[in-house]
Amino acid sequence: MDFDILIQILGATLRVATPILLACLAGLYSERSGIIDIGLDGKMLIAAFASAATAAVVGNVWVALGVAVLASSALALIQGLAAITLRGNQLISGAAINMLALGTAYLLSQTMFGTGGQTPGLGPDQRFMGIELPFHDALGGFYQQVVSGQSVIVYFALATVPLTWWVLYRTRFGLRLRAVGEAPNAVDSAGISVARLRYSAVLIAGALCGVAGAYLATAQAAAYTDGMTANRGFIALAALIFAKWRPYPALGACLLFGFVEAVGYQVQGNLNVDSRVLATLVDFLESSLPYILTVVILAGFVGKATPPAAGGVPYVKER
Amino acid sequence: MAVARGTIHGIVGENGAGKSTLMSILYGFYQADRGEIRINGERVAIRHSDDAIAAGIGMVHQHFMLVKPFTVLENVILGAEEGASLQRSAAKARGILGELAETYGLEVDPDMVVGDLSVGLQQRVEILKALYRQAEILILDEPTGVLTPSEADHLFRILESLKAQGKTIIFITHKLREIMSITDTVSVMRRGAMTATHPTSEMSVTRLAELMVGRAVELRVDKTPARPGAEILSVRDLTVARNGTERLKSISFGIRAGEILGVAGVAGNGQSELLEVLWGTAAATAGEVLLKGAPLDVSRGGRAAERRRQGIGHVPEDRHRHGIIMPFGVWENASYGYHRSPSFTSGPFSLPGRMKDAARELIETFDVRPDDPLLKTANLSGGNQQKIVLGREIRQNPDLLLIGQPTRGVDIGAIEYIHREIVALRDQGKAILLVSVELDEILGLSDRVIVMFDGRISGERVIEETDENDLGMLMAGVDQREGKNVTASKMG
Amino acid sequence: MSQLPKWADSFLVPLLSVLLALVVSGLVVLAIGENPLTAVRVMITGAFGSTYNLGFTLFYFTNFVFTGLAVAVAFHAAQFNIGGEGQATFAGIGAALIGLSLGETHWLLVLPLGILVAFLFGAAWAAVPAYLQVRRGSHIVITTIMFNYIAAGLLVALLGNFLKPAGSAAPQSRTFDEGAHLPRLDEVLGWIGIEAQRMEGNIMFFFALAACAVVWLLLWRTHLGFEIRAYGHNEKAADYAGISGFRIVMLVMLLSGGLAGLMATNTVLGQQHSLVLGFVEGAGFTGIAVALMGRSHPFGVALAALLFGALYQGGAELAFEMPAIPSKMIVIIQALIILFVGAMENIVRIPLARIFMFVQQSRKA
Repeated sequence: MDFDILIQILGATLRVATPILLACLAGLYSERSGIIDIGLDGKMLIAAFASAATAAVVGNVWVALGVAVLASSALALIQGLAAITLRGNQLISGAAINMLALGTAYLLSQTMFGTGGQTPGLGPDQRFMGIELPFHDALGGFYQQVVSGQSVIVYFALATVPLTWWVLYRTRFGLRLRAVGEAPNAVDSAGISVARLRYSAVLIAGALCGVAGAYLATAQAAAYTDGMTANRGFIALAALIFAKWRPYPALGACLLFGFVEAVGYQVQGNLNVDSRVLATLVDFLESSLPYILTVVILAGFVGKATPPAAGGVPYVKER
Repeated sequence: MAVARGTIHGIVGENGAGKSTLMSILYGFYQADRGEIRINGERVAIRHSDDAIAAGIGMVHQHFMLVKPFTVLENVILGAEEGASLQRSAAKARGILGELAETYGLEVDPDMVVGDLSVGLQQRVEILKALYRQAEILILDEPTGVLTPSEADHLFRILESLKAQGKTIIFITHKLREIMSITDTVSVMRRGAMTATHPTSEMSVTRLAELMVGRAVELRVDKTPARPGAEILSVRDLTVARNGTERLKSISFGIRAGEILGVAGVAGNGQSELLEVLWGTAAATAGEVLLKGAPLDVSRGGRAAERRRQGIGHVPEDRHRHGIIMPFGVWENASYGYHRSPSFTSGPFSLPGRMKDAARELIETFDVRPDDPLLKTANLSGGNQQKIVLGREIRQNPDLLLIGQPTRGVDIGAIEYIHREIVALRDQGKAILLVSVELDEILGLSDRVIVMFDGRISGERVIEETDENDLGMLMAGVDQREGKNVTASKMG
Repeated sequence: MSQLPKWADSFLVPLLSVLLALVVSGLVVLAIGENPLTAVRVMITGAFGSTYNLGFTLFYFTNFVFTGLAVAVAFHAAQFNIGGEGQATFAGIGAALIGLSLGETHWLLVLPLGILVAFLFGAAWAAVPAYLQVRRGSHIVITTIMFNYIAAGLLVALLGNFLKPAGSAAPQSRTFDEGAHLPRLDEVLGWIGIEAQRMEGNIMFFFALAACAVVWLLLWRTHLGFEIRAYGHNEKAADYAGISGFRIVMLVMLLSGGLAGLMATNTVLGQQHSLVLGFVEGAGFTGIAVALMGRSHPFGVALAALLFGALYQGGAELAFEMPAIPSKMIVIIQALIILFVGAMENIVRIPLARIFMFVQQSRKA
């Protein structure tokens, strides 16, 4: 393969991996606290809509980001209420959140713009554009295509990885967070509020999904389109399991997914097949490869992934 | 109830008498509807666990409140951190742990992962957690249930030294002997009320039992000497490995008709694996098992239905998890496991009418209360649930009955009843394998005893020729009679 | 927590939760500046106002009974099959093969084959996640969701390259010949001498009702059903009782996938007479709401499916009469019902338990 193409693919990998990585870290906070979160996709989706809509109306992309984080956190709060205070089934509330986001985004886009499931296209000043780091042109090649020229959210996502590691393993909050996902009764008997810890984790997850959604609609694309997250929330979840709920492996897993998707884009444009069977196969793989990869990873290459012991179980004081 | 400073105060009572609820209130897990708590004469309000900790109360729960994947150090500082960054807390805790180890003989490596520690050491971590938080009053809830006799002795020494340093200890147990040996005063609880508080020196085991139940109790089981017949079960060189470690190491024994073989040992020394392999829910790696001379398939799991057809019954160790479906009706549980037997089915269909009839019979024969087969099983007491499981298995008239922890979580009244049923079954000429961690139960029911330690049989005794002390040593792997240490034989 | 009487637990709690969800939906309608009461009126007329409309309601009802039963059956074995969407999609390919190849025969042949093939295709699509769950420990929720998208990708690829007639732009197969059209409800009514206006539901409606009865029989009157429920309540106790967890999960998921697949028979052979991209239209997800609302009981599922059938048909009319409320409003209502019934029912249950306790105490006093 041509070296230039490889560099192009790597640059794309980083861009494609960013929202998955943010969602994956969101899931990490939530699941480490013992709340299984299959609502990542919905939170990203509502954030994508909120950011695109705000950017279109207000024109300021930073305000759009803020609104996206708020919208996503609002859904996170509902999820927290269902899972923590009301001790409901976390899988079901997550599934409901995904639907709620899809329906709400559609309804609001219809009400606000009269275009069901879409927002108006955004101009460059309403979006997060690539930032050219110093020596962007001078160094060229890898530096120009991959390291420099990415949007600020890409750098933010990458920085979140070591930050998360530090929070998790070097702070009091991290110690308590890890503990509450493993043994909430130990946390409770140590005089710490289980509910407060879990709410904080769920809200952090909401905020990170908010950034991820804003990235999709205002950096990667230039508008909201119906269902635009395309299940990245679930791929993020698979990456999280693959990474065994640890921050640095999560980065690796997300880059892997990003790479597969980026290769897909590259192949898409450059393939010409005559046979109908082959064409079907190519079309099929093009759309489904990330999902197939997810299944394969969940089925085989994870090894023994031990999730946080208290995941999915509402905390009830035992007698 | 009043507890004097610098004493060890025992609380006894049956299951459901309210011991644990009382302690949970003291520790702020629940709130009392009425009444008050005073410490050193001052009224304290304990709304949450942190109030209790601030008031100087520390608690060692029956089920440890530990984070298994954490190190000892992390477990100790959790909730008592110094500031937002961990490094400072860790350094401080390391120092204090060293001091505590010296003062009370509480040595634990602070960097060990708690999940890898033995149960005795995990309990030590719990005590350290309380002391690290400067607890003056230490509450221990059923602390010896999971310990070997020697670990329990060590715990008692630690408690004595804590007492000597002026700490106050509240000790909750259902083991009357422990109350007699370690406490200064004892309170008895019955049906949620504190019925009596006495200096321990004025009490006796029988008197305590009477106070607990409210009537005279027969602690000994009446039974005639066994008249063993032909050998029913024969186990030869049975070995079981799980995740690469051997849980059962080439054990051999036999049980004859009309005989109760007791399997003693501290929990986790291979008894559960033995039951699982005999029951066909786990695979053996080597060895063979013969039932009435015919080999059983022990090479795979998933054979429980087959075992039933071959004439084995099983009262599992953990009835909540294995023996019973809690949300099911009593009538459904009364045939659970036998639900495919011809008497309850017609083709693919089940016959609820017949199942309910069978349940009514069981309820009557085994005195299950309340006597409504349609009731949800979860609404019955532990003793009555156990009667359903035991009755269900006995009614199938098995040649061999495997029984695990028959009276765990069962109140004294039901214990008497269950013990009588087991002996009656033996007298009908059935072979019984009885696994129990309660030495009293083993001594009271068995005709012969094998003791398990570290996956091996550390000794075998005829009941008349052994006592608590002897079995206790075997449970720790030491055979006084042969003068050898079983652990040492591992080297060979 | 205090106990509720059984009837309150099975009827009152879900009923009040659904009401709560509908009230919140009403607030949403109010928020976008429309009158919720008018909306309700339009929806009820839209769903039941004429024979023609009722036909559509029953058509949707049939779909939701199948997908609802699919989720419910899996719930009984403690499996969350969120993949009804994909299973129905894949089953649609199977049903279309029958419709395309047997169009010149008779519906009497197409009906049993259409049921059989769609069931098998749906079951096959559920089999892989089920197997991966029991043998490899892959989370069935994530794998069934992935299989939804894989099925969608497959349908796009097949329609685009094979099934789409040459020169056509619409992503759908050619229309099946008459012989592969299942009898509509008005035709069925005609057999027993009742003249009716055109009714869009078809003969599968009766199979949906029968499926409810069969599932009920299976769960509560067979020893397999006994084992399914026992396994669902307590997986660990199953092994002790001689119940193979592998067998239970596989059987239940095959049944679940198969039931979801029958939704395709109803839609592809019974109504659209062609394989259309995205023909499942969220019915798989609606099945989750239906199963939750129906407390996983076939009778409850039927009631909930009727409600959702009416909501779908009424919602379509609503979008027509009040353009400010798009038909996707139904997705929001559905999400709210799932949320309130499935994950937030303690909002209703806790106050209700207090009321019951209060009533009991004052009776004693």
